[in-house]
Amino acid sequence: MSTLPSQPRIRIPRSARAGEVIEIRTLIEHPMETGLRQEAGRALPRDMLTRLLVRLNGETLLSADFQNGTATNPYHVFFVRMEKPSHFEFIWTDEKGRQARAEARVAVT
Amino acid sequence: MMLTRRLSLALFALPFAAAAQTEEALRTAIRDAVGDKPTTDGGITLRVPALAENGGQVPLGIVVESPMTAQDYVTAIHVFATRNPTPGIASFRLTPMLARAEVQTRIRLAEDQRLIVLAETSTGRVLRASAELRVGAGGCLS
Repeated sequence: MSTLPSQPRIRIPRSARAGEVIEIRTLIEHPMETGLRQEAGRALPRDMLTRLLVRLNGETLLSADFQNGTATNPYHVFFVRMEKPSHFEFIWTDEKGRQARAEARVAVT
Repeated sequence: MMLTRRLSLALFALPFAAAAQTEEALRTAIRDAVGDKPTTDGGITLRVPALAENGGQVPLGIVVESPMTAQDYVTAIHVFATRNPTPGIASFRLTPMLARAEVQTRIRLAEDQRLIVLAETSTGRVLRASAELRVGAGGCLS
């Protein structure tokens, strides 16, 4: 599996109280070029992420399938109630099967 | 005279042909997402600007009313544009591990249009909401 050059950024608290709802923000630098735009009379080649998968302690928490209407540098926010120490994995995949990954751990106090 | 009339007919018909294609593409995209299930209006709050200055980065917040328990939760949220070159924006698959059925993202819109959001629940319901947006600079082709 080849790696995307894209740089993911995750904003997530390092710790939370048991039962607390935390906000997770993710952003990945990516042109999300649809192939419909032209520059100097030539169509810019399609280059799209197809999916974001978020896993929590090894189980699927959320996934997103992207179509043309998802903006450049895909940004997503979602909310999780923390009950135990948690390991989050974030995996973006593009239409050529290349991936970018990030991970985060949240302690529960 | 004949040529002029044909030309004016063609000019008149073109935008309507394009609109018809968008309608058909939208119907197909919605059917691909949720099948032919009936939809219920309501139960979804959409947070969008009334006027999006930059159509390339339009903030969108979606909150679906749901207990998000293992028995009753939102399984998917689908977002469609009615007047983009293609209707699909994104589909989100949710699980009851999420604290609430809420997703925020940023989308691109080509021109003034209506946004359609469908939410599927584990109990087999399909909720529907829409929002009208005005777009300053189009965000799809420029």
